Amino acid sequence: MLSVYAVLIDGAIYASWLFLVAAGLTVIYGVMRILNMAHGSFYAIGAYAAASLVGWYFNNGVGPVWVGYLMMLGSALAAGLAVGLLIERGLLRFMYGRDEVLMVIITYALLLILEDAMKMVWGVNPYFAYQPYAAMGRSVLAGLKVSNYDLMLVGVSLVIGFALWLWLERTHQGKVLRAVIHDREVAQAMGVNVRRVFTLVFVLGTVLGTLAGALTAPAISVAPGIGVEIIVLAFAVVVIGGMGSIEGAALGALLVGLSRAAAVHYAPQFELFVIYGVMALVLAVRPQGLFGRVLARKI
Amino acid sequence: MNNYKKSVPFYRKALPLTLAIATAGVSIAFSAAAVAAENGKFRIGLVTFLSGPAAGPFGEPSANAAKVLVDGLNQGKLPAPYDKLGINGAEIEMVIIDEAGGAAKQVEEFRNLVQRQKVDAVVGYISSGDCLAVAPVAEELGAMTVLYDCGTSQLFSEDKTPQYVFRTGLDASVDNIGAARYLAKTHPNAVRVGGIQQNYAFGQDSWSDFTLSMAQIMPKSEVVESQMPKVFQGQYGAEISALSVKRPDIIHSSFWGGDMEALVLQANSRGLFEEATAVLTCGESALVRYKDQAPNGMIIGGRGPFGAFAPQNPLNSWFTQAYQSAYKAAPTYPATKMAQAILGLKFAAENAKAEAGKVPPALEMAKALKGATFESVSGTVQMARAGGHQAMQGIAYGEYYFDKTSQKGSVQNVIAFAGECVTPPDGTSAHDWIKAGFPGAQCN
Amino acid sequence: MCLDKTELMMLGVGVVLATSGLVAPQWLVFLLTMALAKSLVVQGVVMQMRAGLVTFGQGLYFCIGGYAVGMSGHFLTISDLPTLLLIGVASAVALAMILGLLMTRYREIFFAMLSLAFSMILYGMLVKSPGLGSTDGFNVIAWTLFGWSPATGQAPLALFVIIIAVSAVLAVLLHRYGHSSAGAMCEAIRENEVRVEYLGQSPRWVLYMNYVAAAGVSALGGGFMALAAGHIDPEMAYWITSGEFVFIALLGGTSHVAAPILAAILFAVVRTYAIELVPHSWQMILGITLLAIIVFLPKGLWSLLSGQARRAKAVEAKA
Repeated sequence: MLSVYAVLIDGAIYASWLFLVAAGLTVIYGVMRILNMAHGSFYAIGAYAAASLVGWYFNNGVGPVWVGYLMMLGSALAAGLAVGLLIERGLLRFMYGRDEVLMVIITYALLLILEDAMKMVWGVNPYFAYQPYAAMGRSVLAGLKVSNYDLMLVGVSLVIGFALWLWLERTHQGKVLRAVIHDREVAQAMGVNVRRVFTLVFVLGTVLGTLAGALTAPAISVAPGIGVEIIVLAFAVVVIGGMGSIEGAALGALLVGLSRAAAVHYAPQFELFVIYGVMALVLAVRPQGLFGRVLARKI
Repeated sequence: MNNYKKSVPFYRKALPLTLAIATAGVSIAFSAAAVAAENGKFRIGLVTFLSGPAAGPFGEPSANAAKVLVDGLNQGKLPAPYDKLGINGAEIEMVIIDEAGGAAKQVEEFRNLVQRQKVDAVVGYISSGDCLAVAPVAEELGAMTVLYDCGTSQLFSEDKTPQYVFRTGLDASVDNIGAARYLAKTHPNAVRVGGIQQNYAFGQDSWSDFTLSMAQIMPKSEVVESQMPKVFQGQYGAEISALSVKRPDIIHSSFWGGDMEALVLQANSRGLFEEATAVLTCGESALVRYKDQAPNGMIIGGRGPFGAFAPQNPLNSWFTQAYQSAYKAAPTYPATKMAQAILGLKFAAENAKAEAGKVPPALEMAKALKGATFESVSGTVQMARAGGHQAMQGIAYGEYYFDKTSQKGSVQNVIAFAGECVTPPDGTSAHDWIKAGFPGAQCN
Repeated sequence: MCLDKTELMMLGVGVVLATSGLVAPQWLVFLLTMALAKSLVVQGVVMQMRAGLVTFGQGLYFCIGGYAVGMSGHFLTISDLPTLLLIGVASAVALAMILGLLMTRYREIFFAMLSLAFSMILYGMLVKSPGLGSTDGFNVIAWTLFGWSPATGQAPLALFVIIIAVSAVLAVLLHRYGHSSAGAMCEAIRENEVRVEYLGQSPRWVLYMNYVAAAGVSALGGGFMALAAGHIDPEMAYWITSGEFVFIALLGGTSHVAAPILAAILFAVVRTYAIELVPHSWQMILGITLLAIIVFLPKGLWSLLSGQARRAKAVEAKA
């Protein structure tokens, strides 16, 4: 019985992490139709920024612990804004209208460049800024010892997911965004400044990516290559859930998280294949993803 | 009807042909440009990870160690018997190549090092896949090659009569046989054994070597859980839960680098290491980084008498001091292993049949190193396996201890096992030797 | 069989390249052999790009070709080069015929992700097989050609000549394919699939046939890569390897059958000099090069040679 609870708890924790990682990607694709391969690099930049800042803060014993948490979030925000604006204004805005595949390759080139740029800024040594993670201690849930930080992450991802959904569904800006997602041309004809929307959305997606990295950083050792590892995971979750759908990303994350936890506990030899199996299964049944909209074919 | 086809200029028609001729011409020009190595210096091609997750824990310390050692050698600063300038009197120059990119890429780069950059010897390789791919090429090209870190037990199983390939690092099966022996001495009553390895060749081989050894050395033990997460996964929540549910006494892991640090952090904060004792075969590489996030009593190893397990001999004292002053940190086991490889190469070159001050031919160096015994930062190294091409040394394990007042980590309760105790003899595979109950092992 | 100008030119270039291999330094011969092996895989990617499908999983067939060669040598002790390659191509085609039934239902990003998923599934399966060396892979035994074995040291050059011959012949065949009705259909599907359907053809089965053919071609590349490098490992099926093939395909462009060859050689040269000159930031150099190509030459390098770039600029200037 303990195993079943463990699967549920582990699944929820992993799903919340997956959602945080995939949210930015699905938002960017939904609006701009750019499958951003550099999303992994944004995640890594957020992780490095947070780890280096928090590491410096705690190693020098500068102040109280809660300021460390603020620094984590602040560094993610700052890094995301800076990088997102730079890339969008400096490169992508000249490339709109090009073939979708070309955009993917552009982001792939960005990934290569950013990986080495990160190496230049932060070096190759892993950053181990564990204090926010360790400071929260642990609790016992259904007989299983769980880290409080992981539980906090579940809460944070719920909040972020809800906030995103609220913004998209209930605010004016959100309606404008959904209009652009639905049909870019008509929205433009209706007077929406699509360029500005694109900038906003790209920066939002970047910030979500860096935030995911920053929130994960205290639990891991931030080393080169962590960005590349999450790309396939994020893509799979986004494809399962349907591109551009926040609910889809959440449901996809939950599906993958629970399946993976179940595999780890009951059938560890299939753990590597679970995510691809789920993706192939979902696509076989619903080719556009769980919440993806079937687009009318243009003749 | 007019023919509207514009006449294509001649050079455009002949463009592909011109390209081919240009390629041929450029290649001849290149061959002239690469006479560099005939400049009287001993050129070493160094291959190690400069990018990717292995760069921080392994590649960078190795490259740093190489620089420190080469600088020291070129200034003749090393203690005897390595006090001759450079290698055999010739100044040493290094070409460093990134080991990233996969085995096929490394085969290409190896050929480039030997044929284009005309290096006199190649030292390096951390990844077992790269070692396996490069070894036959080294034999084909007749290039003196010293492998320093890869642990695969398959290295000398295909080519049983190597000539130019040497390994001064130890076979990875030694790590796990040694771990089992250490456990038998320090935790003889342990029964439930769990393991978590990275799901790739090194992790899989480590686990199978360890479980087979435990079956022989601690027959009462039983394996209760084995987790094999993806390499570089970084987050081990589910795996830690699965392990803790089974209540093991011992948890074995061959994790390294960022994964290892993440595992220790996460498992410790969730209390897994309060119930179980962890055995980390690569644990020494992060000795200075665990701080208070690793429990006292965690068993760590250094893949041999390297890093914190290296003895206090004059060579090691010089090396540690030089490394510390250059990089403000003590050398970890990859650094020690790289130093050992270069010292082995120097030994080979200076004992080869060659004029003083000249670079010896590869064949002579190979003959000198085969079956040799040389002094190193880690003590005495005997090239006593694989027909004289594989180094044999003992291995030591110890327990991690963090001193809160000085905020420093160290190893205590170190027990060392002699080479003859933990190294499979020639002619039998590691698995067969373990399953047969270690025939011929001389342990104390 | 009458060969047109382009085909004659390609065969001619092939002959020149092969003979220049006799005077070129060995490392260059090896570099070109690996580049040509890669270019064969990229031909498969380009075949699918011409039909409007971008595949991030061509590594699947690349890996199958390589492992078929390696395993036949290791377990069945077959060393005859044509037989090995044939086994590789046949296995890839067999798998493609099954997978193609599923894959051709999808387009665009879903096709790309599914192809990625299948190649990663193969990767996972290979990693889990200790008998095949897991992530270390294993070495490929020396090859023979109908009983003739190259002299020691001559194997790389001999393989170089063989691979040039095969690439040239394949280039001629693909050129014909591209100009045939099947090739024209692929282009039509890329332009507008619905129209093709309404005109009475089945895009699905054209794509299926194209997919299977591309798999065979890529497996040929995988087999050659295994023979040239002498080593195979599961990395061949990893998505980053597949990404590299797409990179090279876009570098060269899809307009001419010789473009992948040119792009593969350029990629190999840039990468090896980047690693030598800037060992700490060669990835960045690669990324910047790719970005530059995409920004300034969206139709790939070949547009530079065929004047398309010039004409496109002229059109823009007029407009």
